[in-house]
Amino acid sequence: MGVNEPGSSTAVAITNIVKRYGIGDASVLALNDVSLEIQDNEFFTLLGPSGCGKTTLLRIIAGFEQVTAGVVHLYGEEIEQLPANKRPVNTVFQQYALFPHMSVLENIAFGLRMLGKGKAEIESRAKQMLDLVQLGGFADRRPAQLSGGQQQRVALARALAPAPKVLLLDEPLSALDLKLRQAMRVELKQIQEDTGITFVFVTHDQEEALTMSDRIAVMSSGELQQIGTAHEVYEEPRNKFVAGFIGETNLLDVTVEEVRADAAMCRVGDGAPIACSVAGNTTKGARGHISIRPERMSVSKPKRGDKLTGIVDRLVYLGTDTQCLLHLDNGTEITVRAQNAHESTLGVGPGDRAALNIDAGAARLLVD
Amino acid sequence: MAGALNPGGGGAASGVFGALRGWLLAPSLIVIGFFLLAPVCMMLIYSFLTKDFRGGVIWEFSLAAYDQFIFDRGLFGDEPPKIEWIYITIFWRSIWQAAIATILCLVIGFPTAYFIATRPAATRTVWLFLVTIPYWVNLLIRTVSMKFLIRDTGPLNEWLIQFGVIDTPIHVINTNIAVQLGLFYSYLPFMVLPIYASVERYNFALSEAARDLYASRWTTLREVLLPTVKPGIVAGCILVFVPSLGAFLAPDLLGGAKTFMIGSLIEEQFKGNAGNWPFGAAASMILLTVVLIVLMIYARQQSRAEERGH
Ligand SMILES: Nc1ncnc2c1ncn2[C@@H]1O[C@H](COP(=O)(O)OP(=O)(O)O)[C@@H](O)[C@H]1O
Ligand SMILES: [Mg+2]
Repeated sequence: MGVNEPGSSTAVAITNIVKRYGIGDASVLALNDVSLEIQDNEFFTLLGPSGCGKTTLLRIIAGFEQVTAGVVHLYGEEIEQLPANKRPVNTVFQQYALFPHMSVLENIAFGLRMLGKGKAEIESRAKQMLDLVQLGGFADRRPAQLSGGQQQRVALARALAPAPKVLLLDEPLSALDLKLRQAMRVELKQIQEDTGITFVFVTHDQEEALTMSDRIAVMSSGELQQIGTAHEVYEEPRNKFVAGFIGETNLLDVTVEEVRADAAMCRVGDGAPIACSVAGNTTKGARGHISIRPERMSVSKPKRGDKLTGIVDRLVYLGTDTQCLLHLDNGTEITVRAQNAHESTLGVGPGDRAALNIDAGAARLLVD
Repeated sequence: MAGALNPGGGGAASGVFGALRGWLLAPSLIVIGFFLLAPVCMMLIYSFLTKDFRGGVIWEFSLAAYDQFIFDRGLFGDEPPKIEWIYITIFWRSIWQAAIATILCLVIGFPTAYFIATRPAATRTVWLFLVTIPYWVNLLIRTVSMKFLIRDTGPLNEWLIQFGVIDTPIHVINTNIAVQLGLFYSYLPFMVLPIYASVERYNFALSEAARDLYASRWTTLREVLLPTVKPGIVAGCILVFVPSLGAFLAPDLLGGAKTFMIGSLIEEQFKGNAGNWPFGAAASMILLTVVLIVLMIYARQQSRAEERGH
């Protein structure tokens, strides 16, 4: 069914959006000059900690909030003046907001009925949606008679039934338990690909964002931090916030020794220079941080000439991995993660001296 | 010991628990029995007794009271029975008056309750307080002041004339409208408060969901908000309709001979020496029976609708 190539046209364009709740001293700046473009047929995720303005942005697209400044375009059309019921956009609400007095089928049929579709079409389309979310036998149930996971599916089917141009999902999986959440991630992604509808998905869970999204917009306190694919935001974070929020990372103080075209040589303390990719511009002699993921480093028994050494604080067994907490001689705490192979290959134990080895290409210089 | 921790666990311990529970319930059961059931039973018994001419009753079984309500047997009670329309008419009028008062209360009370429930939490209490302030004054006083407000030379008519809206006073006093206004004014908070309670619990995300799914404001109100807060509306309607049906202050003070209601009829039977206690009791029982039947039909329909899943 997916006919459109991702990126073939712009579904939602947000331009310089400012949103302020309230007036005067008591006002809250929920969005501060946010601009982004969501492509047609894209699974786009808004990721950020609670309170960063994700829901606000979603509600602006849906038509439940007015912007303080800025413009919103939907497929090239300016939509601020359109009330929520005139926008070809549907929402899966955080707490589902299913109509308690209607059956599952009536809930799903509601949007189609409001659009004035014929009885036969409503019936067949609603049934089709029920099957899509695998709730075929539940048509006559009330929402209160369903489990959380089933209610979530009904909310999804209800929002998909009118075939919106854009589907907005506000943390739809956050109320489900882990197993169900993981299963739903796969299913949601599958549905998005099958229907070809543009999904704007809100979450505070970075793992969820990484596994599902075509592109991720990372937000923090009302501001956009970075937009990119999962790979980009994870491997090439633009600043300390993104590096820290997405996955785990270690930050080391460094001095820039040499700047090349797209890389820099940085020195940690008096150690050997490390080649780093760079976010932004930097100059020789500048101080900054490098971010290194725990799985891109290893520890070993120290040899002569090793400059980055420390004492192993603790080893934590995590099933697939073992995590090693290392206290460097310069005072920095470092987390290293090693996959558990057949036998323990770390070669060091708590209290031992150890050397820290950084994989080639693992370090990223953050200037801010 | 395990039984004591688990009241449903059976055995001796549960028997002790059962007895204890019975004792704890006793005070409320006694209060309900004494103040609710006993008076109704007394009225039921009185309605089957013979009337005493100085008021009161003679303890002798008789169906005369019900007979008088339904049949007309002529002045001396010796003619063939015809249906007595006077009381049925009064009864029917009472139902109408109460129904119109209920609708008035709903039309005004619902937006009021909605308005209050959608204010910020801090100001809601103030609004609720304002709604209930007039009800700190005795109902009789309020009904009398209503009479002064709406009579031909009262402030309402004078203002309307002064501002040139009308030339001659609108005659409201002693009409059905006056009684309906009086009932409306008497029982409005009984409508506002239960509706407020249910709108306050209403999840406004449901309205947003409806709007999101292309419903207009009006459709959202009709298809989502109203059905969801229906229990509050039904409770409000019952709480206004039932006392309106038996009311006598508003019809006595604001109405005239043509607006006579069943409450006044009953009241008259127990006042002074001219009354007829068994007849008043019989009229009360008939009123009670009709109210109960209506409520039961409603409850039956509701539970059927629930079973149908609608
Ligand atoms: N209706 C509102 N009135 C006032 N402040 C609000 C309102 N809605 C959200 N906010 C504030 O705006 C900020 C962003 O909120 P929100 O968009 O809900 O964040 P998120 O969904 O990322 O958790 C928060 O500081 C929140 O307190
Ligand atoms: Mg939110």
